[in-house]
Amino acid sequence: MERIDIGLTVNGVRHERQVEPRRLLSDFLREDLGLTGTHVGCEHGVCGACTVLLDGDSARSCLTFAVQCDGASVRTVEGLGAPGALHPLQESFRRHHALQCGFCTPGMLMTALDLLAKYPLATDDEIREGLSGNLCRCTGYVNIVNAIRETAAARGDDTG
Amino acid sequence: MSKNTPAGMAEAPRPGIVGARVQRREDPRLLTGRGSYTDDRKAAGAVHVAFCRSDRAHARIAGIDIAEAQQAPGVLGVFTAADIDAVARPIRATSNMPDYRATEFVPLARGKVRHVGEPVAAVVAENRYLAEDAAALVSVDYDPLPDAADPEAALEDRVLLHEEAGTNLIAAREFARGDVDAVMADAALVVEDRFRIRRKTPAAIENRCYLAEFDAGRQALTLHGTTQVPGLLRDALAEIFDLPGHRLRVVAPDVGGGFGAKASLYPEEVVVCALAMRLGRPVKWTGDRMEDLTATSQAFDEIVRAKLAFDADGRFLALEADVIGDIGAYSIYPWTASLEPVQVVSFLPGPYRIANYRGRVRAVATSKAPTGPYRGVGRPVSTFVMERLVDMAARRLDMDPAELRVRNLVRDEEFPYKSGSGIVWDRAGFQDCLRVTLDRFGYAERRAEQAAARERGRLVGIGIASYAELTGIGSRISAAPGMPINTGTERATIEIDSTGAVTAAFGIASHGQGLETTLAQIVAEELGVRVEDVGIVHGDSAAVAHSTGTYASRSTVLAGGAATLSARSLRAQVVKAASHLLEAAETDIEMRDGVVSVAGTDASITLRELARAFYTEMRRIPKEARESLDLSASATYDPFFGTTTAATHIAEVEIDPQTFGVAVRRYVVAEDCGRIVNPMIVDGQVHGGVAQGIGAALLEEVVHDDSGQLLTGSFVDYVVPSAAEIPDIDAAHLDTESPSTLGGYRGMGEGGTIGAPAAVANAVADALSGMDIQINELPVTPERLFRLIRPDL
Repeated sequence: MERIDIGLTVNGVRHERQVEPRRLLSDFLREDLGLTGTHVGCEHGVCGACTVLLDGDSARSCLTFAVQCDGASVRTVEGLGAPGALHPLQESFRRHHALQCGFCTPGMLMTALDLLAKYPLATDDEIREGLSGNLCRCTGYVNIVNAIRETAAARGDDTG
Repeated sequence: MSKNTPAGMAEAPRPGIVGARVQRREDPRLLTGRGSYTDDRKAAGAVHVAFCRSDRAHARIAGIDIAEAQQAPGVLGVFTAADIDAVARPIRATSNMPDYRATEFVPLARGKVRHVGEPVAAVVAENRYLAEDAAALVSVDYDPLPDAADPEAALEDRVLLHEEAGTNLIAAREFARGDVDAVMADAALVVEDRFRIRRKTPAAIENRCYLAEFDAGRQALTLHGTTQVPGLLRDALAEIFDLPGHRLRVVAPDVGGGFGAKASLYPEEVVVCALAMRLGRPVKWTGDRMEDLTATSQAFDEIVRAKLAFDADGRFLALEADVIGDIGAYSIYPWTASLEPVQVVSFLPGPYRIANYRGRVRAVATSKAPTGPYRGVGRPVSTFVMERLVDMAARRLDMDPAELRVRNLVRDEEFPYKSGSGIVWDRAGFQDCLRVTLDRFGYAERRAEQAAARERGRLVGIGIASYAELTGIGSRISAAPGMPINTGTERATIEIDSTGAVTAAFGIASHGQGLETTLAQIVAEELGVRVEDVGIVHGDSAAVAHSTGTYASRSTVLAGGAATLSARSLRAQVVKAASHLLEAAETDIEMRDGVVSVAGTDASITLRELARAFYTEMRRIPKEARESLDLSASATYDPFFGTTTAATHIAEVEIDPQTFGVAVRRYVVAEDCGRIVNPMIVDGQVHGGVAQGIGAALLEEVVHDDSGQLLTGSFVDYVVPSAAEIPDIDAAHLDTESPSTLGGYRGMGEGGTIGAPAAVANAVADALSGMDIQINELPVTPERLFRLIRPDL
């Protein structure tokens, strides 16, 4: 199958690749770049596990073709903190036990980052509405909401 | 909780490691995308499988044309039943139950298909895209067979799903105590109904995925996979491929949720292993969501006719139930088809004092995906039915439903109490759970507010559900009724290596429960080291000689018990070694935070120094003493019977009179989960369980048409609750140590899902109590409610 040249920045690093037009961004990140932190849970855009930031906005990487990202800047969970130096949002998730199996967690974090950057998140209803495109089967969402509420309240300096 | 601070010591009691809110060691890797789930694993030269699956519910295979697929780009081969059957020996889920008929285990369909999604052919190609392209080119010629999807019709055996069984009735059982008919006939009051709880699916967010690697030089097979049961799977695959355990290893790396869905033997597991051996290359299958919704084990799907007799004071006299369980197309390995439906009748009497009971169950095969273990197994259904009957009785008596429960829940002085189905409840806080839940909910006040809201025309309801379950089940009882596989023991090996590091190895497999943290807490406390000093190995069949895995709320009780036994034995060895090194009596040796010292002196040695002395500084401990010592200990724990876990849930709901959507406004749970290892993790288990139970009550339903065609093949159609549908959940823990288990632990991973469907159903019924409507079918979707409330439209 024909391949197309693309160039994009992922977590601040520039990548030039040739990809099939049908290659999903999720597969491109996981298979071609080895960034397996982005998870794939449904491949039809409902569960939100594959959420990444595409030019600053949350996007489903399972519904995005890699060729659409030519020239774009992508941020994945690997672009937040590292195991020894967690991002404040990751710290809050850990403190509040906002993850269990961890499979939905990268998508939850990227969605929460987007919400924290754009919305007041003044009420739990607003947080829950913002998270309603990301499914979690383990936590019952209670501690995810707690973690985001605390991070939202501490906002002001830099959470992004 | 009392901690094991030695009596008479002057210092203040040290907070225990067991019972502390220790942050999870799993989190840093999972939060940063550095986890290692099966699909994240790369194997050099790996090829990919895609399955051609049946799009028919019940049909004979007249022919399979693989020619075009074989010619497709990147394809290494296309395989059908004969290819797999040539190398995989048959296996069946057997049972000791008399009225049970095992069905065959079918890796790839042999001659006929029995449900939509059943794998028919396996296509191997260089990558997943090419494998899926080619799988679409496999052409299967089907001759339709008559519909076999309706469980009640299937009982008539006019159409047989498994011809060799001679019937669709795969399992049947009856429990009876007392003269139920006579008591029912004499009873002043009886409530009865036909209940139905629709089929649901576990829907872990990680789909199933397997990677099989065959080392031809060593003739050794390794399967990495999304499984809760690596040891159980190893034993099954050893039988299927006739391999000894040292040439067959099953590893569950990070696993993205299970809930029972990843606890059985699957066709895809056998196929990837068979093809890895045949092709000499690593073979991977990454399932997608549609495959999960069609071919992962499903749950519930029962019709229950039930009847409760009681006297004018509300005392329960007799209970009777007749259950039809729609088990789907196959009796799943190893649990069998009796797993879910038989447990509905064994747990139906619940935590109540009921002298007379008769429960009859029939498990019937239909042309749908097989049912298997799902969080709660049988008990979400039994609790839904029993708790609805209790509320119906309360209404009949014009008595508060909380008061009726107080009158009938087994009281503290009545333990151990033997239920009508023969389950023995050890001491647990049945009444206490109810009392604490009512208090935390503010029951009287909320009832007053409900009355005021109803005055204003709002449809607000409050529902209670109490239940009891068996957890941490030992060898005396099988985790699945009649299953001849031991599920009652777990093993641990703990050793101190030459660097002084402590490693504890288990066969259980954590997939969200945080067992790497909680088991480290138990080992640290028992051994006398810091939590961070303990490395945990789990999820690997090579870790210990025998294990089945993580399911049935057993891992804290069983693996925790094995950890306790082996840590105590290892500690005794450390004390002996230290008595040589510190020249002190064994009785004077203490160990805390990884430092071994002599009581009342400043003589001490770190574990690292002790290990160096033991393993490399050969003159420090005499040869004879060294040879009689071992800085390694293994133990197997068997709770024998198991223990009781109990809880009461309360839900407050409001129904939107325009959309008929049900909003859960408040939710309180009080549960008796025994001695708590980590309260943060216990809360999380309750929250997640309740959310799944709310899903079962209001949203989640696997829907088939009359022919057995699946109508819910995506997450658009199969609705999993999101954050917007789940309320804040208040969980209280009674923390009463179990009298029956080592350490006093009780299992608590499933309870949330057991109580929630019943509590929400009772709350919905309460909200509609002014109308002549029965809530006897779950989920109560907006459509179902609309049809109940407006039958005229």
